[in-house]
Amino acid sequence: MNASWSRFNVTSIVLGFAFLYLPIVLLIVFSFNESKLVTVWGGFSTKWYVSLFHNQGLMDATWVTARVGVISATVATVLGTLAALTLTRYTRFRGRVLFSGMVFAPLVMPEVITGLSLLLLFVAVGLDRGFFTVTLAHITLTMCFVAVVVQSRLVSFDRSLEEAAMDLGATPAKTFFQITLPVILPAIVSGWMLAFTLSLDDLVIASFTSGPGATTLPMKIYSQVRLGVTPEINAACTILIAVVAVGVIIASIANKRREVQRQLDEQAAQRG
Amino acid sequence: MSNIAVADAAAPSAAAKPFLTRLGAGFVNRLVIIVPYLWLLFFFLIPFVIVFKISLSQTAIAMPPYTPVLDFSNGVSGFFARFRDLNFDNYIWLTQDALYFKAYITSLIIAAISTVLTLLVGYPIAYGMARAPATIRPTLLMLVILPFWTSFLIRVYAWIGILKPEGLLNQLLLSLHIINQPLVILNTYTAIFIGIVYSYLPFMVLPLYSSLEKMDYSLIEAAKDLGCPPTAAFWKITFPLSLPGVIAGCLLVFIPAVGEFVIPDLLGGSSTLMIGKTLWNEFFANRDWPVSSAVAVILLLLLTVPIMLFQQAQAKAQEQGK
Repeated sequence: MNASWSRFNVTSIVLGFAFLYLPIVLLIVFSFNESKLVTVWGGFSTKWYVSLFHNQGLMDATWVTARVGVISATVATVLGTLAALTLTRYTRFRGRVLFSGMVFAPLVMPEVITGLSLLLLFVAVGLDRGFFTVTLAHITLTMCFVAVVVQSRLVSFDRSLEEAAMDLGATPAKTFFQITLPVILPAIVSGWMLAFTLSLDDLVIASFTSGPGATTLPMKIYSQVRLGVTPEINAACTILIAVVAVGVIIASIANKRREVQRQLDEQAAQRG
Repeated sequence: MSNIAVADAAAPSAAAKPFLTRLGAGFVNRLVIIVPYLWLLFFFLIPFVIVFKISLSQTAIAMPPYTPVLDFSNGVSGFFARFRDLNFDNYIWLTQDALYFKAYITSLIIAAISTVLTLLVGYPIAYGMARAPATIRPTLLMLVILPFWTSFLIRVYAWIGILKPEGLLNQLLLSLHIINQPLVILNTYTAIFIGIVYSYLPFMVLPLYSSLEKMDYSLIEAAKDLGCPPTAAFWKITFPLSLPGVIAGCLLVFIPAVGEFVIPDLLGGSSTLMIGKTLWNEFFANRDWPVSSAVAVILLLLLTVPIMLFQQAQAKAQEQGK
């Protein structure tokens, strides 16, 4: 054990993590509550999960959210990766300051402003609000997060690998797909997942840009939360948390495997 | 790209390479810049221009509910003639109604206090993580990031059940006989502070951790050897060295917190006032698009300086990363 890791350090980490995780744990525990009162324990039951699957409105909203998430995360990953390449590779072009401003500003911009401005754009160009407009809005928001994630990987990328490939006669396109892309792939994958969860999560921008027939899950949950806390919402939230947790765990295991494989390859290369 | 040119020259077949291939590479290079650039221009920058434009129009009972201004439908001369139609009524209205002024001020104060609280809670956690044995650091980092992946709405919702008068916190405190009467926390500013600190904690811890982790701890040992007490060493060495992380973390919390909607709406109830909530109500309840646009424009102006600071910090971090 590291001697400099004092009791104070350990205590602050334990308390901090308790603060971060306790509310989520309590939420999950009370989704299995028999009683309708969310805060009084009435015995173990899974009945709220059963009633959840009979709630057609909630099921429709889940389907809309999943489709918006997959489509917007995929497009945002492509655009965000291009933006990251632009930020790291092209240090001089006209309007670069404006470009980096437009990539970083959405990360902190209050959602009410982004939502309102996108809605007014859609009205101005005469797009009907609905599934399509929510997807466009989510692409715009999440591509900036993808750009930051991919950019942090590109910055530490050893460019002599690319130069070596091209010295050996590979075309720029082949170099990109065979050398650059595999190296930054973990960042692209985590960028996609971040974009997907942000889209899954968003209430404010979706409320502004969505229209009839395109109610997303957060919008549905929000409208029910306003009427009061129910175990059924706890159950819906628990499922959402479980889906994301499983995704994150699978991704991190896959990442670790790839890392181990890479180290083995490097060792083999050094021996060879 | 210079290295492509170098590679071309070095490759034996460079001269024989068809001209079109090289032209193609240049075109692809340009496309890499142009596609995201145009997307952000159209979906991020132009919408702000439209918000500004509509904030200068009048409310109308129509769909969309405002009168058009600065239209090009009558040609360029028509465009300039329309300048007369601009009205700043919405902005005058905002200055005359004390509600808006109070909402802006309250939002700035709440965001500032929450930022300081988040820093106070986050710093010991980040410091503890940075000093943890290197083997468990990735796990700790993962544990900080994980709540960020779970829904913001859900994490705020979870606190309702805890903070309610008959909620879990009051049940605990009552059963321990610490209090005799349930505390009223939900629907107060206290609940908003708790909500913001809780939701934005990972945003504070991550930049703090990354600057504290890079720190050379032999500096502290040297200070100790020279007889410097630990607190003085902290303020003279650790804190100044972690300043980039402190600034980045504070901006990441402060800027979105000013315009926060979900937390004041769900935890603050109807008695609390914040500008994000005001804008939302103006838009969804009153359907007054010009006034909500004016509210957004002023909010954006208030946040211009912090946002520019944030962008500079990001650009600097990127330079150092290289």
